[in-house]
Amino acid sequence: MNKVKLTIDDKQIEVEQGTTIYKAAKELGIEIPTLCYMNLEGLNIENKPGGCRICVVEVEGRNNLAPSCSTNVWDGMVVNTHSMRVINARRTVMEFILSDHPKDCLTCPKSGSCELQDMATKLGIREIPGQEYAEMSTYKTDFSPSIIRDLDKCIMCRRCEMMCNEFQTVGALSAFHRGFESAVGPAFEMDLEHSSCTYCGQCVAVCPTGALTEKDHTRDVINALSDPTKKVIVQTAPAVRAALGEEFGMEAGTLVTGKMVSALRRLGFDYVFDTDFAADLTIMEEGTELLDRITKYLGGDKEVKLPMLTSCCPAWVSFFEHHFPEMKDIPSTARSPQQMFGSIAKTYFADKISTKREDLIVVSIMPCLAKKYEAQRDEFKVDDNPDVDFSISTRELAHLIKEANLDLNILPDEDFDKPLGESSGAGVIFGTTGGVIEAAVRTAYELHTGKKLEKLDFEQLRGFEAIRKATVDFDGTPINIGIAHGLGNARKLLEEIKEGKSEFHAIEIMSCPGGCIGGGGQPLHHSDSSILKARSEAIYREDAGKPIRKSHENPYIIKLYEEFLGKPMSEKAHHLLHTAYFDKSKKIEMS
Amino acid sequence: MTKYKTHLLVCGGTGCRASASDDIVENLKQELENKGLQDEVQVVMTGCFGFCEKGPIVKVSPDNTFYTQVKPEDVTEIIEEHIIKGRQVTRLLYKDPKKKETVADSKHMDFYKKQIRIALRNCGFIDPENLDEYIARDGYMALGKCLSEMSPKDVVDQIKESGLRGRGGGGFPTGLKWEIAAKNEADQKYVVCNADEGDPGAFMDRSILEGDPHAVLEAMAICAYSMGATKGLIYIRAEYPLAIKRLIIAIDQAREYGLLGKEILGTDFEFDIELRYGAGAFVCGEETSLIHSMEGLRGEPTIKPPYPAEKGYLGKPTNVNNVETYANIPIIINKGANWFNKIGTEKAKGTKVFALAGKINNVGLIEVPMGTTLREVIFEIGGGIKDGKKFKAVQTGGPSGGCLTEKHLDTPIDFDNLIAVGSMMGSGGMIVMDEDDCMVSMAKFYLEFTVEESCGKCSPCRIGNKRLHEVLEKITGGKGEMEDIQRLRNMSNVIKDTSLCGLGQTSPNPILSTLDNFYDEYLDHINDKKCHAGQCKDLMTYFVIEENCVGCTACARVCPVGAIAGEKKQSHFIDPSICIKCGACEERCKFDAIIVK
Amino acid sequence: MAKIKTLADLKKMREDLQSKVDLREKADSPESYVQIKVGMATSGIASGAKDVMDFMIEALEKRNVEAVVTQTGDMGYCFAEPTIEVKKPGEDPIVFGYVNIQKADEIIEKYIKLGELVEGIIPVNYQVIDDK
Repeated sequence: MNKVKLTIDDKQIEVEQGTTIYKAAKELGIEIPTLCYMNLEGLNIENKPGGCRICVVEVEGRNNLAPSCSTNVWDGMVVNTHSMRVINARRTVMEFILSDHPKDCLTCPKSGSCELQDMATKLGIREIPGQEYAEMSTYKTDFSPSIIRDLDKCIMCRRCEMMCNEFQTVGALSAFHRGFESAVGPAFEMDLEHSSCTYCGQCVAVCPTGALTEKDHTRDVINALSDPTKKVIVQTAPAVRAALGEEFGMEAGTLVTGKMVSALRRLGFDYVFDTDFAADLTIMEEGTELLDRITKYLGGDKEVKLPMLTSCCPAWVSFFEHHFPEMKDIPSTARSPQQMFGSIAKTYFADKISTKREDLIVVSIMPCLAKKYEAQRDEFKVDDNPDVDFSISTRELAHLIKEANLDLNILPDEDFDKPLGESSGAGVIFGTTGGVIEAAVRTAYELHTGKKLEKLDFEQLRGFEAIRKATVDFDGTPINIGIAHGLGNARKLLEEIKEGKSEFHAIEIMSCPGGCIGGGGQPLHHSDSSILKARSEAIYREDAGKPIRKSHENPYIIKLYEEFLGKPMSEKAHHLLHTAYFDKSKKIEMS
Repeated sequence: MTKYKTHLLVCGGTGCRASASDDIVENLKQELENKGLQDEVQVVMTGCFGFCEKGPIVKVSPDNTFYTQVKPEDVTEIIEEHIIKGRQVTRLLYKDPKKKETVADSKHMDFYKKQIRIALRNCGFIDPENLDEYIARDGYMALGKCLSEMSPKDVVDQIKESGLRGRGGGGFPTGLKWEIAAKNEADQKYVVCNADEGDPGAFMDRSILEGDPHAVLEAMAICAYSMGATKGLIYIRAEYPLAIKRLIIAIDQAREYGLLGKEILGTDFEFDIELRYGAGAFVCGEETSLIHSMEGLRGEPTIKPPYPAEKGYLGKPTNVNNVETYANIPIIINKGANWFNKIGTEKAKGTKVFALAGKINNVGLIEVPMGTTLREVIFEIGGGIKDGKKFKAVQTGGPSGGCLTEKHLDTPIDFDNLIAVGSMMGSGGMIVMDEDDCMVSMAKFYLEFTVEESCGKCSPCRIGNKRLHEVLEKITGGKGEMEDIQRLRNMSNVIKDTSLCGLGQTSPNPILSTLDNFYDEYLDHINDKKCHAGQCKDLMTYFVIEENCVGCTACARVCPVGAIAGEKKQSHFIDPSICIKCGACEERCKFDAIIVK
Repeated sequence: MAKIKTLADLKKMREDLQSKVDLREKADSPESYVQIKVGMATSGIASGAKDVMDFMIEALEKRNVEAVVTQTGDMGYCFAEPTIEVKKPGEDPIVFGYVNIQKADEIIEKYIKLGELVEGIIPVNYQVIDDK
């Protein structure tokens, strides 16, 4: 690569050709304000439509101002990022954007973490000239099971559209209307529910304003907790403990498992359990299913479907139901850990504490917004009573804790309740990309070979690369494993399978960048991918510190099978822990 | 082949067809048959003659008689008098409004005298639906010359040497554009013709496609040869049904003759053209937007670089030129770069087609050498201002341009000169305004257009133009304050400075140029709450002139809001607080007793 | 229609087709051609002017004379019909009277081609058609 020299704000720098002004300035420690621009480094996720025009800078010899996020440097370029012309332009453009933005910050769900609000503060905007006669663009608000779209607050940064189309290839969101009326949403202004949306929540994760937010279920949880006739239990997904601390000012990657448990207990939950327990259960079912399929396949059964795909991720399930319905018999039939937990809680556990199903409320804390939708699916209800009553995100939990006047920083560490709070390290790593398959391999290997694994850390399955491939030697039988995070990457593997070119026996798919740790319900990363990496490392740290690291060695799992389920894939297990998938490709219709 | 002694050329442009030129052709053919003259006289429907003000046009060859405003019922007289008896039908001849004389042929009309028709050379001359007539006019000879005598590089060099610059608005050197596209290696390249003419009032591209479609096809093939492309696309707005029809016919004919397709003229050169229809979004005239629209994506621009010549349609090197630019290509190849670059000015070679519109006598399409002055265009070719009114301003460059005044009239028209005086060439729209036009309203009109046409991608254009329009609404609504002028200037400058594409980078021009040239008019609106041109309704009041009013009560009866009171046979009066300024009373009054000011 | 295979074919085709539009091309700059106007009022047609005109058009083309033949109304010389006006490039127009086919032939061969005057010129103070 050729190097080019340039001057930014009187400072000289040499950077690689093809670098943008924004990045070159950053190397010099000059942070040019941006709004629409977003870059998740190392994940190949970049949004630079050059639309907001906040990042404009003055370039000598150029007639107009240049958007620094999308203008490449050249040799000898002279840039000024804070001339009066730039400052005036940036401010005027900001006034334009704010003039078409509601001013209800006090009650906006994004208040305090809104990038537009931060920018207004940074630029010291105190009034918007002409606001008294400025027309505002308005749209109807869309309430879906997981996501609320309030497009009055859309600033056309197009981040959501990029995530939905380029990263996820879901194609539910695109810009509609023209000019002043433009906003982003499903085609023909349909509701999300009528679109191909998978509720992965990545649009919400990147939205700089309050235009896209999660559907808030904290009031439902509070109501349940205040009802003396109900037993309220809670499960917490693995990725939550690695991120919740961020909401309380802790460094990214701080593990707050014990503090979270004690906060939940103080909030009044009768039992504080762990979704990791259900993750171990998932491994027992899914691992057994995988071994079964592989054994049949190696035995010459032509009917058996390989590769087997994981099915823990509800957005991924929606994705293949919408986009690849013809392949709906390939994924594992195992329910996700959230749903396995709900199912066991409302049968096995409800019996144990002699509580009727309808008097037991199951709340889940998830890094995810699709889990809200998943909890509502009809397959996961008995007599209209859902296995999981309410699913709230990490962000919502943080609000609940703050609302209760609790400070996570100073809470003591406490342990989960038994029996559904015990888990292995394998259950923990479900929270990051590669973790589910690593957990499955730990169990499947030992069950298949009857030998004890020497080394539990499968480094070849870890990392943030979009698509990863590894071959694990099952004592002479090479098992090919594929891993994809992001539905766009998943699509590539699915196309290969469709064309009959897939070499894999098992594939793990998670919808979000980095897996659940980068879920749509997590504390906002504000385009900092190092946060995702820190969370992932925290997850592996938690695993490494666990006394039990293989699902089949979890004593409460063993007990559950002995007392209740029999063995993996038993009829009872099938009834409670497995599911079926549906063709939803036709569901996309005009509302 | 029948040898006709007389040709009757009838304008078949969109405008003249709207005035029944189809029926004229039909009647001519019928009448000739009735008289047994069908083998002696040929009736040809051509493209636009340009003199739209006086259409429909019927031109008689070889005696070069130019009939104007012909109606279908005039046909019998033309045949009986002119064709049979050899006497011109004087009443259908053009009358020079200045000299009050009739002018029988176009050569002697002021409208045509200063024109040089290069891009329009075949418009109004050949039957655009007949490839034979195009071939008779050296059609496809330029392509033949390129394929047999010139290397692709020679072609690029010729175009570079000719000095031709893009006629779509930007004025980018065409040869350079071709050279870049030629140098970018790829397995597939594309030649695109931008026929998404969007400026209000401009219709030169439509006229060329309607009058000489093969010139564009031939030019695209030449371009394809020069850059190594095999596929061409014409992006045309669906609102141009006649141009589309003629293009489809032309493409079919060219394929039939082997002038499109494989092994063209016996060489291994292969090229074919498809049409793509646009929904008429103004921003799709911007080349990256146009390409996205053709790809089935939202029609909105992306940041350049990469330029289409590097990464264009489907990510492949793509050359985009507009219709008029292409129309110049075959003749440059035929007559040579040195013929072409002698026409025009130092920095702008050749001619430019302009669409004259507004308060001008000769509304129509003209083609003049670069360097012709605005005065020549407006007062000689255009015949001056309608109804003897006073010239006030001319808006060049459409909604992206600025308005120029009396003091700019002697500016020789070319790309750089117009920019220097605060406007631009644009695609060649020229809207002339007289003393009755309010310049604040004019700026508002153009802003309405850009607000409507903004794609919405970048904030300054999406929101800023809306805010500009609101301030203009405020001023023309009588609520303007002096600080609004400062706001207009600042917002305009920032929108120009920060917008993503040409639309937003130029949309405030009508405001800035009217602020520069008609500042007092803004002050009148803001300080005195007066619109002297009488166009801003909110600033006007209806009065009854007592001495003229006979008390007939007609006005009071027609007033929809009951704002007029008065006894029978006594002078009436209008309550300005109720009056909605609909003007019904003024229209009804037979005694000129109601005035507005 | 067969495909045009070579540039030579295209050129040949153009030569053949040019006659389709040369009438219009000449009309755009008649002053560079021999202009012939044939008086074709009712009396002219009756006296054979149409035949003369047809003959002129055909003969001129055959003999490779670039000319524009148009008809005009009554030229004011009814006594001498059929009449024709001939204007060579750069010269004053001359009107011939009593033109029949034989006379027309003579006008082409002698006056138009060689510049020799032939009998039948109407020498009086006439008006040229354009001034009428």
